[in-house]
Amino acid sequence: MTVFDDELQHLKEKLLRMGSLVEDAVKNSIIALVDRDNTLAQLVIENDRQVNTLDVEIDEESIRLIALRQPMATDLRFITMAMKITTDMERVGDLAVNIAERALELNTEPMLKPYIDIPKMRDIAQGMIRDALNAFVKKDKKLAMDVIMRDDEVDDLKHDVLQELAVFMAQDPTTVSRAMKISFVAQYLERIADHATNIAEMVIYFVDGKIIRHMAPPAEEK
Amino acid sequence: MNGTTEIEVRGLNFYYSGNIHALKQINLTVQKNSVTALIGPSGCGKTTLLRCFNRMHDLYPRNRYEGEILFQGNNILSKDVDVIDLRSRVGMVFQKPTPFPMSIFDNIAYGVKLKGIKKRSDLSERVERALVHAVLWDEVKDKLNASAYDLSGGQQQRLVIARALAVNPEVLLFDEPTSALDPISTGKIEELAAKLKKEVTIIIVTHNMQQAARISDWTGFMMLGELIEFDGTNKIFTAPSEKLTEDYVTGRFG
Repeated sequence: MTVFDDELQHLKEKLLRMGSLVEDAVKNSIIALVDRDNTLAQLVIENDRQVNTLDVEIDEESIRLIALRQPMATDLRFITMAMKITTDMERVGDLAVNIAERALELNTEPMLKPYIDIPKMRDIAQGMIRDALNAFVKKDKKLAMDVIMRDDEVDDLKHDVLQELAVFMAQDPTTVSRAMKISFVAQYLERIADHATNIAEMVIYFVDGKIIRHMAPPAEEK
Repeated sequence: MNGTTEIEVRGLNFYYSGNIHALKQINLTVQKNSVTALIGPSGCGKTTLLRCFNRMHDLYPRNRYEGEILFQGNNILSKDVDVIDLRSRVGMVFQKPTPFPMSIFDNIAYGVKLKGIKKRSDLSERVERALVHAVLWDEVKDKLNASAYDLSGGQQQRLVIARALAVNPEVLLFDEPTSALDPISTGKIEELAAKLKKEVTIIIVTHNMQQAARISDWTGFMMLGELIEFDGTNKIFTAPSEKLTEDYVTGRFG
């Protein structure tokens, strides 16, 4: 292993650490909501600082490697994608914070209804984040494709949640404030899945050197 | 590929005397008015290939070519080609500057005179134009009669390029033109190459990958006498198709 390989490995580890922090944040934010756990919600909000620190560190490290190592080909694709992925992950962290904030607000009022679809959305979105990062680290194009395909499931669930909440609000105006907050949470989860999809698209570029963003459905890819 | 083909290499094999098989079955197309870079580890055959384009290998009688190099459609490897004429159409710039031991003016005028131009005013005009083209004019216009050896290495290299340009070549071959120069002079030669391609087609051999990345439109990666990959420079340096190219450009060779 050359010194440069060590540096790349180091960058990869930081990215994974950031990934696992963000994944935990998503998981815990929803637990805080479902279990009405204010302490856990606070923890999610506090831990986001670590995510932000890693975001800056990964950017700085990437810029340093570009300037000093003049990376080419796969190394160049790895470093530039690391910089982009970290932006998406940082956003996911922020969205988890938003969920935790809504949880704190919702916890001050009686529960509107048991959560069923929201934890399902969380499971899928969290899995997408994890798999997108794993695909990046393992250069696994198939797994990345799989992540992209899963985005539709989250969209469908969000649609169901919003429809259900609309019924609540129409029937009983006193539920509006809570229903709005829950629909925000569904919205946040949907955004999280979108960020995971972005990361998966970057994996395809990293592996193939082909940018598939803003293109026709990926199903046509080999 | 779009654009006009300047040179097409078809099934080229080259043997140095003693039957050393230095180039193996090379096929590639050089586009007119573009910069094509040849990269690869020492001994890969890139300079050998470069020297085929103006038949430099003919200086040693036992060297042998097989296959074809079509220059504007004509095979320059055929026996009836006028090699002297070919070399004025396909100029060459070497690793170390090679000024002649004479004045700056005479260095440039030398080749022009050989082409039959003798009138002083015509010569002056050609010399000035060549020096302007090679971005050396402003630095030497007041000392054209000074010895070429008084110039710095970077200036000498531009002088040599001006000398090659003075006979209106169609192709310029650069064999590691900046390996003996400092970064500032290197930058000037690179800028020059980018400008000159409007008028001439450039083929450059370089050990400096960043240089190939900076100045070329097309890049060929060679190894052990074979052309491993030939593609747009952007493709070669961001996402090459061949594993060997990938290993070489990322510095993980061998």
